[in-house]
Amino acid sequence: MHFEVISTEIFILVLGLFAIIMDLVLPKNESRKSIGSVLIFALTAWLIYMFTLYTPQAVIADGGTATRYFNDTIYVVDNYSIFFKQLFIAATIFTMLFSLDYTQTVLRYKGEFYSLLMTALLGMCVLASSNDFLTAFIGLELMTISFYILVGARISSKNSSEAAIKYLVVGSVSTAIMLYGISLVYGVTGSVHFYDMLRNQYLFSSAGLAGATMIMVGFFFKLSVIPFHMWAPDVYQGAPTPVTAMLAMGSKAAGIAVFMRVLYVAFPLIGYYWLPILAVLSAVCMIGGNIMAIRQTDVKRMLAYSSIAQAGYMMVGIVSADFAGMKAVMFYGMLYVFANVGAFAALSLVEQHRGGSDYKSIAGLAKSAPVMAAVMTVSLLSMAGIPPTAGFAGKLYLFTAVVNQGYLWLAFVGFIMSMISVYYYLQVAKAMYLDKGNDEPIVISGAARAAAVISVLATILFGVWPEKLAEITNLASFTFLQ
Amino acid sequence: MAGFPLLTAVLLAPICAAVLMCFVSPKSAQSVRVISAAAMTTALALTLYAFFNYDLSAGGMQFTENIPWIKDLGVHYSLGVDGISLPMLLLTDLIGLAAVYSSWNITNRPKEFYILLMILIAGVTGTFIATDLFIFLLCYEVVVIPIYIMVIIWGSTKRVSKEYAGMKLTIYLLMGSAFMLVGVVALYLTASSVLGVNTFDMQALAVAGQMGLLSEEFQIFAFLLLLLGFGSLLSMFPFHSWSPDGYAGAPTAVSMIHAGVLKKIGGYGLIRLGLLVLPLGAKFWAPVIAGLAMINVMYAAYIAIAQKDLKYVIGYSSVSHMGYVLLGFAALNVVSVSGAVANMVAHGVMSALFFAMIGFVYEKTHLRSVTELRGLAHQMPRVATGFMLAGMASLGLPGLISFIPEFTIFVGSFSVYPVFAVLAISGIIFTALYTLRVLAKVLFGPKDDKFDRYADARGAEMMPLIILGIALVGFGIFPQLLMGMVGTGTEPLLPLLERIADAPAMIGGIR
Repeated sequence: MHFEVISTEIFILVLGLFAIIMDLVLPKNESRKSIGSVLIFALTAWLIYMFTLYTPQAVIADGGTATRYFNDTIYVVDNYSIFFKQLFIAATIFTMLFSLDYTQTVLRYKGEFYSLLMTALLGMCVLASSNDFLTAFIGLELMTISFYILVGARISSKNSSEAAIKYLVVGSVSTAIMLYGISLVYGVTGSVHFYDMLRNQYLFSSAGLAGATMIMVGFFFKLSVIPFHMWAPDVYQGAPTPVTAMLAMGSKAAGIAVFMRVLYVAFPLIGYYWLPILAVLSAVCMIGGNIMAIRQTDVKRMLAYSSIAQAGYMMVGIVSADFAGMKAVMFYGMLYVFANVGAFAALSLVEQHRGGSDYKSIAGLAKSAPVMAAVMTVSLLSMAGIPPTAGFAGKLYLFTAVVNQGYLWLAFVGFIMSMISVYYYLQVAKAMYLDKGNDEPIVISGAARAAAVISVLATILFGVWPEKLAEITNLASFTFLQ
Repeated sequence: MAGFPLLTAVLLAPICAAVLMCFVSPKSAQSVRVISAAAMTTALALTLYAFFNYDLSAGGMQFTENIPWIKDLGVHYSLGVDGISLPMLLLTDLIGLAAVYSSWNITNRPKEFYILLMILIAGVTGTFIATDLFIFLLCYEVVVIPIYIMVIIWGSTKRVSKEYAGMKLTIYLLMGSAFMLVGVVALYLTASSVLGVNTFDMQALAVAGQMGLLSEEFQIFAFLLLLLGFGSLLSMFPFHSWSPDGYAGAPTAVSMIHAGVLKKIGGYGLIRLGLLVLPLGAKFWAPVIAGLAMINVMYAAYIAIAQKDLKYVIGYSSVSHMGYVLLGFAALNVVSVSGAVANMVAHGVMSALFFAMIGFVYEKTHLRSVTELRGLAHQMPRVATGFMLAGMASLGLPGLISFIPEFTIFVGSFSVYPVFAVLAISGIIFTALYTLRVLAKVLFGPKDDKFDRYADARGAEMMPLIILGIALVGFGIFPQLLMGMVGTGTEPLLPLLERIADAPAMIGGIR
């Protein structure tokens, strides 16, 4: 047992316990911001430390081992999982940073918010590293159950409770389907380990194929891929805004991380036959998500549909099923974090001060909080893929990868739909800049402003000069393909 | 000045101004205006330096800069100007500076306005000086969003609402660019696979295209995609309808830059990417382009006659003039392509001056209708001078900027498309008709007392007229300044154009 391999997970677990204990120790009416601040600092330090964990290119080129295992081979720490863990941690840091005030004023149980965020983060990290179906399942459940509670954290709001129940019901169904699939696969192959699936001929029996399909469907639920997306709009709208942000960036990226590992490591052959279906699904997501987003009047709901479309874009990279595609997915996942941080930081501010997140509530934001309005606009444009934001570079990576594999039609769908998405993203900009609304200046906390400004600078930096991020994603996908 | 990154400085001047303005108090409109004007003056001075120090005898890309940018995609931050792009760059900075001055009186959120204007100018500048396709694309689409925001906030609602105008403009351009992006991605991948190295370098792509490394089918397909993108930006029929609505809704500065330079990115892209990289595709689609160009010239001029709103007249007139550019491109010989490039510059200066004058009149009188404005020459002689200059240039009066370019286009295209060329020349009659009608009604005729209280342009308001007027007359009297420069850019095309002369074209060679 090499416990040093899972140091990240242990560290996060300790932070989660620390949050619980501090919540009990601190006096009842004392602000819980201090807990959040400590977590932010600790996680930031760890995030920076994690850069040293990568196995450098030179070592891999020399044929050195890039993969470390914990507990036999069921838990794997490679550059791929390190990258995704960094992504989750960055998402969590940003979310806590912009929601310090929000948590303090809107939520009733503040300390629990932080500890649950840590367990959700732990679940994501386990997902990214899992190398068998049961570990993946545990990670998935740890993440999802934390989210069930977090979604309902706005206890006074009926929407929030409704969203929590909906998420719970749909989530349980998808879990059941996936678990049934895992049991079928275990039944025919006699193993739940990813490596054992690879050359197992029994997997191609009808029961094995049914099991594999069910596992995929389970993932599609988590990724809110059309036609398994029904839960997303209601849950996104009802959940407290920071939680929505985490759902959009963390939960989705975690799903993608484990989905890619399952597809490429466990079921590469089945996956090969699945690619055309995945291509169609991703096109359906891009078209459906973007078209449905047009008609929304609530920004959070609009972002829910847009996140369905974004899942479609990321699946484009999965479809290309090669080095470039994986790299593109990771690149896109990372920049999607920054874009979401910007959008949700502005949105949580609006929700906190004006009580809603529809187009009426954001009207006139350009006057009352000009920085936030600008951040929101740039972030949304990054989601739409307009240069010089990172979204453009990301989409270019994704679509060059997939066109290289011969899916030219997918590039047509993708680029046209992303231009259509500009329409509804600009409706938000229009509401903020043009519509008459509440002009009262909003006081923004330094932390929220920092989160928003850092994310927007990152968005523009990676859009104009994606070199550094591209290098890291290169490293991450290179190891994985070994 | 060897080693000084001149083009980077030209590109960074507006960006620096925009960043600087973020930290200026929103209340001090004056400092915002001065910063913008200073930035654009710097950019213009540097561009003029480049223009007059460009080595005409050497030709090719000069003032080049090249820094590896994104290694795995093969992107280089590479800039350079040649005889085609340098006039366009000069045009950008001329109109940019004029646009800054013609927005001098904006009182509603001037800080945001000028920041967006600077981003817009930087985007256009980058498009013309980039020699790397990635950097080109980066700058190409930067411009769309500032324009949308500027139209909906500072625009004007007349026949169509400004929200509608802004969105229409945005959607048209973005849909066009979606097709173009697919084309570029396909081009990048195909060229990278045949060249064996990932590259976005336009020179390398051009080599791949001209050496016959790209198959003819591919060139025809990719050129169509680029044509959809660049054609809609150039307001090629049937993708032109955003142009009059968009210009009518947009604030003066946006109309000036959009009609003056932004549109020209379409023509520039067709030459730089379409012709140089995909010559066989260009040859294949040329007859179609020529036909559409014809419709542009005639149809838009015909509609312009019926327009009441001054901005719509000029909007349709610019669609009509773009027909000449397309015709020059479609004829695919050195003379006609030179004419097309020069005409883009000519039309840019002229339409920017037109929009600046209309904007000034509208700002004072809040009228744009041809039926309501009359006899302005009595009260505003300077503005009337500007109108006359732009109008005479529009109908191609010798001695002004657009005579030689248009003449060159006709000379070049007559041998290839005699029917179209004759029709296009007769289009000038329509142009003369609507231009003279508008000028006569608006400027001359009996004096109307209700305009007595409006003062003529003075001070900063005169600057657009001075800047653009000098260019209009200067290039008209010394056409060699412009044509010589353009010629060094287009002459190297000669072997290429001769080589593709035998390639099949849409008419007569459809397979």
